[in-house]
Parts: sequence; structure tokens; C-alpha cells
Amino acid sequence: MTETVIVVALLLVAVAATAAVAVRDPVRQSLVLAVLGVVLAVLFTVLQAPDVGLSQLAVGSALTPLLLLLTVRKAKRRGRRAERGRSAGGDGP
Amino acid sequence: MRLWLVAVGGAGLAALLVAACLRLPGFGGDRHPYGDRAVEAALSRHTANTVSSVTFDQRAFDTLGEMSILFAAVLGSVVLLRQTRDEHRARPEPAAVSRPVRRYALLVLPVALLTGLYVIAHGQVSPGGGFQGGVVAATALHLLYLGADYRALERLRPLAPYEAADALAASSYLVTGLAALLAGSAFLANTLLPYGTFNTLASAGTVPLLNAAIGMEVACAVVVLLAGFLDQAVEIVDEGEHDEHAEHDGGGKTGGNAADGGDHDDSGKRGK
Repeated sequence: MTETVIVVALLLVAVAATAAVAVRDPVRQSLVLAVLGVVLAVLFTVLQAPDVGLSQLAVGSALTPLLLLLTVRKAKRRGRRAERGRSAGGDGP
Repeated sequence: MRLWLVAVGGAGLAALLVAACLRLPGFGGDRHPYGDRAVEAALSRHTANTVSSVTFDQRAFDTLGEMSILFAAVLGSVVLLRQTRDEHRARPEPAAVSRPVRRYALLVLPVALLTGLYVIAHGQVSPGGGFQGGVVAATALHLLYLGADYRALERLRPLAPYEAADALAASSYLVTGLAALLAGSAFLANTLLPYGTFNTLASAGTVPLLNAAIGMEVACAVVVLLAGFLDQAVEIVDEGEHDEHAEHDGGGKTGGNAADGGDHDDSGKRGK
């Protein structure tokens, strides 16, 4: 019984991790990363390591995706501005 | 040449890992040479949570190292994410939040904060401890950003006290270690306080003290770290920002605001 649960959790981790690599858009990737964090927390709990599971839940599924999203937002804003500056420069003269 | 070097290094690492794995105890066994000794040492010091006993007692010096790593990392990001000379701060606009989101966020905020503090306080008794609870408590504060807006969060979270508390918590860990040294035993040895009654909050000697120091340090460090990122994402803009407003007024590209709104929604799901 426990072994079935462990195998299911491992499979879920494998699926989520593969999806995190396969998704190319950084915003979606950070969401998949959050799902991967939750699934990893489940796996750690199933393997009787609730302490590690708790850290994984807090850091992997909340903190890391949040930092990624904020970084993407900053980078996008800057990129948009650079693009606009370039197109404005092209239109101007 | 470089590829060759990587191949040799990778092969060596793989060989060593395989060799190490072959000597590991079998999967799922209930006997483990190191685990048995750790549990025995934890029980002799009246610590119900063996993992806390390992991190804050038997391996307290390792935890000092980990705490220093986090402290240095946050210090580095604060320096990197500071406002540079060609950037200026734009006061964030008050944002409209839909009512269900606001209600949910403001309802969950105190619950999440309390959960974080509970996890910190019961580190020596049940799974969890300073690291886990600190992150939960710190991220819980940021539900205010989802439920209200960035200005409300800034009002609740003046950064200077959190930075000071971060340093204070880090040094209190050191001081607790030095106190054991002054009392005549080794640095960070758990000999200072009585071990108390097993499985109560006041048990395990100095473990609750070190645990609380770590909880405070991690919570403040995460708040300061997130503040650096949030400032960059929300407030700090470089010189081109005026042009952006001008172009919006002049009927320029308007895709930008929609994209920003989308990001807000995404971080909303994260807050849980």
C-alpha cells in the first residue's frame, strides 16, 4: 500500500518536472514550478520527511515562483520600453 | 577540450555517486546506523522532534553556516537591487482589487501568519521549525499586496526594522553559542538550560532559543529579499518611464497594462 503511494508520488514528480522543463514561457514555467513544489512536498511527506516537506512547500511552491514572477515582470517592462524606444527612434526621423 | 573536461568530471562524479549508493542501507528499512544514534541523542536531551535536535543541537554549527549563507545572499541582493543613479521611484498607484480576492486575502492573512508563528514555536515538538515557519510568516505578510495594494504593504512593512531584526537575530544565534562557551562547555553546546519535560514547549534546552533566532532571521530575511524584488518590479523605474506615459496618452501601444494585470493574477494564486 505505502509502496503504491510512493510510486504514484514519484510519477507525479516526474510528470511535473518534465512539464517544468518542457514549458518555455517563463510565467507559465513558474506556475508549473509551484505545482512541482507541491508534488515534491507530497513526496517528502509520503517518505516520512515532513520537515523537508514543509520547507519545500513554503520555499518551492510560494517563494521561488513569486521571485520568478517579479523578475519576469521587471524584465518584461524593461524589454517593452527598449523595444518602444527603438521603434520610436525608427519612426522619428 | 572544454567538453572533454566536462565529460571526465561528469564520469568521475557519476562513478563516485554509484559507488556511494551501493553502500547505502536498503530503501524503506526501519534501522539506520546514523538515524538510531540521532534519535538516541535527541531523546537524551528531551527533544521530541529529532530533526530539530539535529539542526539546532547536534549540528548547530552547520545551521550557523546555513544562516550565514542566507544572510549573505540577502545582503548581496539588497546591494544589487538598490536604486541606482539613473533610476527613480514612482509612487505606485492605488490598485483596484476585486472584492472576492480582497476578502479572501485579508481572511487568510492572519491565519497564515499565525500558522507560521505556530510552526516556529513548536519546532522542538513537532515537524517544522524556524526555517519553515519563518518563510510561511514572511510570505503571509505579502497577502496584503494581493488583498489591498503595494502602498498598504509598505505601510505595514517599514523595511529598516526588518533589516535590523535580521542582523539582531543572526547575532543572537552567535551569542547563544558563545554563552555556552563562557559557561564552560563547547561553542553552541546544549548545556546551558535544563532539558525540561519531554514533548512540551519548554523542553530541549537551548533548542527553542536557537530555533526562535532562526525563525526571526529567516522571516526578516525573506521580507527584505521580497521587498527588494517588489521595489524593482513595482516602484523603481529607469529614465524611460516618462516616455511610456506620454505614449499611452498619445494612443500608443496599450498592451502593457493588460500584461501587468495578468502578472497580478498569477501572483494571487501563488499566495496560498
